[in-house]
Formats: sequence, C-alpha cells, structure tokens
Amino acid sequence: GSTLAFVEGQGGNITVASLAGLTAASQIGNTISVLVAGSNANSIASQLPKDVVSKVFIAEDPFFDHNAAELITPLVSQVFRDHNFTHFVTPASTVGKNILPRLAAVLDRQPISEITAVKDASTFVRPIYAGNALQTVQTTEPQVLVSVRGTSFEPVKLEGSAAPPVESVTLKEVPGSIAEFVNEQLLTSDKPDLGSATRVVSGGRGLKSKENFDSLLNPLADKLGAAIGASRAAVDLGFVDNSLQVGQTGKVVAPELYIAVGLSGAIQHLAGMKDSKTIVAINKDEDAPIFSVADIGLVGDIFEVVPELTEKL
Amino acid sequence: MSTKLRILVPVKRVIDASLKPRINKAQTGVETKGVKFSINPFDDIAVEEAAKIKAAHKGAVEKLHAVSIGGTKSQDVLRIALAKGFDTSTLVDVGEQEVEPLQVSKILQKVVEKDNFNLVILGKQAIDDDSNQTGQMLAGLLNWPQATNASEVIIEGDSVTVTKEIDGGAETVKAKLPLIITTDLRLNEPKFVTLPKMMKAKKKPIETLKPEDLGVSVEQRLKVLKLEEPPVRKAGIKVKDVDELVARIKELI
Repeated sequence: GSTLAFVEGQGGNITVASLAGLTAASQIGNTISVLVAGSNANSIASQLPKDVVSKVFIAEDPFFDHNAAELITPLVSQVFRDHNFTHFVTPASTVGKNILPRLAAVLDRQPISEITAVKDASTFVRPIYAGNALQTVQTTEPQVLVSVRGTSFEPVKLEGSAAPPVESVTLKEVPGSIAEFVNEQLLTSDKPDLGSATRVVSGGRGLKSKENFDSLLNPLADKLGAAIGASRAAVDLGFVDNSLQVGQTGKVVAPELYIAVGLSGAIQHLAGMKDSKTIVAINKDEDAPIFSVADIGLVGDIFEVVPELTEKL
Repeated sequence: MSTKLRILVPVKRVIDASLKPRINKAQTGVETKGVKFSINPFDDIAVEEAAKIKAAHKGAVEKLHAVSIGGTKSQDVLRIALAKGFDTSTLVDVGEQEVEPLQVSKILQKVVEKDNFNLVILGKQAIDDDSNQTGQMLAGLLNWPQATNASEVIIEGDSVTVTKEIDGGAETVKAKLPLIITTDLRLNEPKFVTLPKMMKAKKKPIETLKPEDLGVSVEQRLKVLKLEEPPVRKAGIKVKDVDELVARIKELI
C-alpha cells in the first residue's frame, strides 16, 4: 500500500496536528506522500522531512487558501486516484473534518474519524460517546481514509533531514458551486496555541464574569507560559472566544499540565482534557466531578486561591 | 424572483447527552435497555434553526421536512420537529440495525432528490458515534457547497451567509442555494417543546419507508472488533492549601 497525507500550514509553518498525522501515517507502515495546497505550498513542503515523506504533491495556488472542501476534495481525489493510493490521512482539524467525509463520499468509502491509535493498516482505535468508550474498528474496504486526533500521536521531528522531492499538480476538473470565502475573524493572542500547548489554564462558570476570567487566569497563564482554555459554560456566558472551548465539541487537548479553575467537569468537558498528563483542579465544591479526574485537587475559593497561587509560583 | 426554500432536517435518536453509557459485557456495544434516549442535541439545534428561518421568512419557506433513520422509536424525535412547526416527516425504518454515515448519506441523497429540497440543515455530529461525517458526505454525493459548524445563518433570497466555527476563531462564507449546513453549539438555543404542542404534533403525518424503497441497501463497511472503557485515571490527592499546591506544581515544571 501507499499513503497520501494531507498537511496544513498556518502562518507559514506546518501545523502540529499535521505532524502528528504524519506519525500516525508512519505507523500504518506504507510509504508516505504528502499533498500541500495554497499560496505557501512550496515553503510548507520544504519543511517536510525526507526520512518520513518520500514525495510531496504541491498545488501552489491562492485558489486553495482557506481550504474550501469543495476545492480541496477534487484535488485530493484526483491525486489519490491518479497514483492509486490505498490510504488517506488527514489531521482531525476543522479543515480535515470538513474534507475527509466529502472525499470519502466521492470515492464511495466509509471513512474513520479521529483515530487515537493504529492497530494495523486497516484497524484503528477511536473514541465514541464523548470518549466514554474506545472502539476498535476494522475496515473491509480496499481504500482506507482516516482523520487523526493530534493529541494522541507525537508530532514527527522536522530537524536534520533534507526536503523530499516535489511534483506540482493542478486541478483538472473545475468544481461546481462552492461556499465562497467572505472573511475570517481569527483570535489573536500572545499566548501559546491551545491545541498544542504543553500547559493549559482553563476556566469555567465559577469565574462569574469576563473581567474575573481575564484578571484571574491571564496572570497565572503568563506565569506558567500556558495557553488559556475554557468550559462550554464559560464560552456560552461570553467570558472567552468559542475557539478556546475544550471538550467533546471543542478542542481536544492533552498538555503536560492542565489547571482547571472554577470548572465543574461535565462529561463533555472531560472528553476534551482527560488525557492530560497532570490535571490540577481548584474548585470550591468538593463534590465537583472534575476532582474525579484530577491528580491534584484543592478545595477552595478561586478568588483567593488563584491570585495566591500566581504569586507564589 | 428568488427560489422558495424547501428545507430538510435529518434527526437522530441517541442516548441522552447527560448519561454516561455503559458498555455491555460482550464488549460489542453499549447497554440500551432502560436508558433514556433523546434527540441528538446538534439535530435539535438544526430543527430550531429551520423553524426560526420559517418564522423569519414566512412567504419564502415552502416546506419544512424532518427525516430520521432508525427504529420505530425514532418517531419520538420526528415528533419534536413536527411540534416545532415542521410540516411533514419521514421515518426510514431500519429496525435495530446501525447505519454507517455513508449509507445514511445515500438515503438522505434519495430523500433530497425525491422531494427537491434545496437546503439541508444537519447537526455537525451525533453524540453517540461522534463521527462528524454525514453532512459533508451528503454534500459530496449531491455535489453541493457545504458550510459546516455554523454559528450564524443569514438568508437573503437564494443567497445564504454562514459564519462557521474554525480552529482559530470564525470564518464567514457565502453560498447560493442549494446548500448543506451543519450546526454548531452556538447557532441557537433550542426551546423546550410543551406537551400541548407535542400532542398536536401527533396528528401530523409521519411517512414510513424502508431503505429499499429508496433503492439503498444498508450494508456495513466497518467491523467493530471491540468496545472498551478508556483507561481509568489513578485516584488523585487533595492538597490542603496553596503552599502545598505550589510545591506539587513546582515538582512538575
């Protein structure tokens, strides 16, 4: 078999989720080719390690910026078919989740979403029911299409290896109607990226207001060099942007250190963070479910405890 | 003159979101006996959005139709849509069989083509299998544009502007009908359906079809080898004050 991996760039660099996807692709065991699309395709491709990736297909065209599924899907399916690939791997980012099923439908295949382990080239583990069950699933199809949960695989290393050979590709078939890009509202932050940060400070309803959320959690996060996260309740109450939501329907994170502040720990939230290495919980309610997954718990008033913690760290 | 909206909303009956499912002894699936089922929360948001569109664009909406693929009990979730103002509904009765997203999408494609729907609003994922596939697959089969993870939908004539939640924030796209939209959490807050409305909905029609009636066979492409509990975290400790917490954290960093 042979694997085609989709790699995404962000700000001129390969995303951490894409590098984790390449690790999953290596575990499948085939030779790996990569597809990169968009205005930065060449510079993204030049960062790929030759010892992992044998070839890169490049579609350097601003046409593919914003990764519209209606445009990327025909490009991927063209390369996939032309070169008789047996496997397709994409990070389970919002872009990957947008593309994988559309591609699979066009190829008449049933894809496998958000794998967390590779058993063999056709057998994978994936969480279902908000991570309350792990399903080992085997495909019976000759072509295998998966998306990869980034936090479950170490990213491949980029240093010490020359770039693989490249081949330019252009879309032969003009796609039909697409949802045209109008604009984007990206969250700008001086903090590390939530999805790949090694430390995360996360807040919940207990913070009570946006002002409290910022004034309590930002200094703690800055002291630790941590990213900010939040529960669904905190997002719904307008404390932070929705892109910082951790949980079943938000981001899945697995940092070295996760500090949950004033956050009860609904199962949908636990689904997004329970694979963190060390979980610290601070909550005034000693019965809060978050304590059942926390390695270190402190029952106390967050408005007293958090400033003291920030100062003493 | 703009196109009249014919809106289809697929709904799925799933184990209630507040429950933690129990895996059966044979490790083949989860226990369903005596368990509370509800409409998939994202589908509830889709139903609510369609109803809101109808309320806001009275003359422009020709039909709201709900479809569910499942056993006879899936009528319960269709009735929620009917109670919220849907005109008609279809149950595609597959009995107890699990249907994979590809086959679901093929069934939905037939339903769309049979009745000329031009806007399909789906939940972004079902909270049982968490696949997040059906909307995008249906868009692929129909070769329609797709706007996933919607947090805002604005309809002007036959042009639809959708704000989508993406990894770094939000993105706004604009498309002409026909279109596939999948809903995210913040699109709306579904209202609770009152009992009188549910009772009234019992009089509205539920058409029942078999997948074969639509020319789709419900074959499975994936084999579930095993279902197991995730590893349990070791019991943690409680510290008594901030000084002890600081000491513990400093050991880690």
